[in-house]
Amino acid sequence: MREAMLALLAKEPAHGYELRQRLAAALGPVGEVVNPGQVYVTLARLERAGLVRGVQVAQSAAPDKKVYEVTAAGREEVAAWLLDSSWPRVAQVEFHLKLVAAAGTGLADPVALIDAQRRELMRRLRDVQRLAESQIAGDDGDGVLLLEGSALRLQADIRWLEACETRWTGRTR
Amino acid sequence: MSTVVRAEGLRRHFRGDAEPVRAVDGVDLVVEQGEAVSIMGPSGCGKSTLLHLLGGLERPDAGTLIVGDQAVDRLSEASWARLRRRTIGFVFQAFHLVDQLTAVENVELPALLVGTSRRAARRRATELLDRLGVVDRAGHLPDRLSGGELQRVALARALVNEPLMVLADEPTGNLDSQATGEILQLFAELRDTGQTLVLVTHDARVAATAERLLSMRDGAIVEDTRLDGGLPQQTLLAQLAGWEA
Repeated sequence: MREAMLALLAKEPAHGYELRQRLAAALGPVGEVVNPGQVYVTLARLERAGLVRGVQVAQSAAPDKKVYEVTAAGREEVAAWLLDSSWPRVAQVEFHLKLVAAAGTGLADPVALIDAQRRELMRRLRDVQRLAESQIAGDDGDGVLLLEGSALRLQADIRWLEACETRWTGRTR
Repeated sequence: MSTVVRAEGLRRHFRGDAEPVRAVDGVDLVVEQGEAVSIMGPSGCGKSTLLHLLGGLERPDAGTLIVGDQAVDRLSEASWARLRRRTIGFVFQAFHLVDQLTAVENVELPALLVGTSRRAARRRATELLDRLGVVDRAGHLPDRLSGGELQRVALARALVNEPLMVLADEPTGNLDSQATGEILQLFAELRDTGQTLVLVTHDARVAATAERLLSMRDGAIVEDTRLDGGLPQQTLLAQLAGWEA
């Protein structure tokens, strides 16, 4: 989120509350859970790192507010972030190691772990799709794309769990 | 709530090379009115055969099957055929439309077969094509339609006699991802109108349109899971975003 905030400020300067609103607008329903405090903490860190500069602006009817703008170093950081094609860390590695550990220690049945994980992901997929349906029905903008991405990702994860099940069934018993 | 289908000890075996294949091996299942149920499982687990048994496309070797309030395993083939035209709508992976009939003629055919007047059948068929977004295709033959359009027409046909339940066998199996998304949305809308649905699929997204998931292995139902009542929405959204709520 740090880089995303920086990128929004690179478009135009904003104070904290404006930035929160821009983030929420870009994210759709997922944006509802952006913690306001997190935005201010991140802004302070960005400022300490020299990536943004805060300027106090006097207001007639309200306390002064601090407007943040991106520095040259911040702009470079945004460009590097945009071009970085790495993909966020996924849960597969850890889950795979869990299966190996379960079989190795006998503390759990790998196939039961897979079944439980699949139930959990199916429930999530159901919830994500319900959310996407309500967005489509309400014609609520681009946030639905994010939900579709989550749904497709869950679908792929569930398919992977099926492959795990085929592999582990009958191996440990 | 009334029960739409009740199966007890349902069994169907096929002759295999060496020993009989137990496609469906003692399934007990109750589906209530308004429920949307998905059946998943590896290929060969018997999920399609189970659907065929529920819809009367195959007869069981053993067990009882009650559809509505009729014990259909005791009916003659002809009576069961009459009953299922009125009570069951089927949607197939390969659409199974009649090539020589236009879209609207395909949809009205099951209505005509149960004695609906031509006018009423045409009106109902046109309404359904409209609801499913393909009324502008009403006069086209199937070979002029895209996969997504074909499945919409097939869904309209399944609904034309206001069936007790709609059974769908891999309804998106022949569709590209965009058409799959559109059909997903239609099933979700159908579910929201209270239509009883049983979906056999290997696609998790299709399965997740239902509230209840059955998992099959080797001809048996090994898991019966509710999909609703998951995480609170705020927690789910925070996890999707990868942030702490």
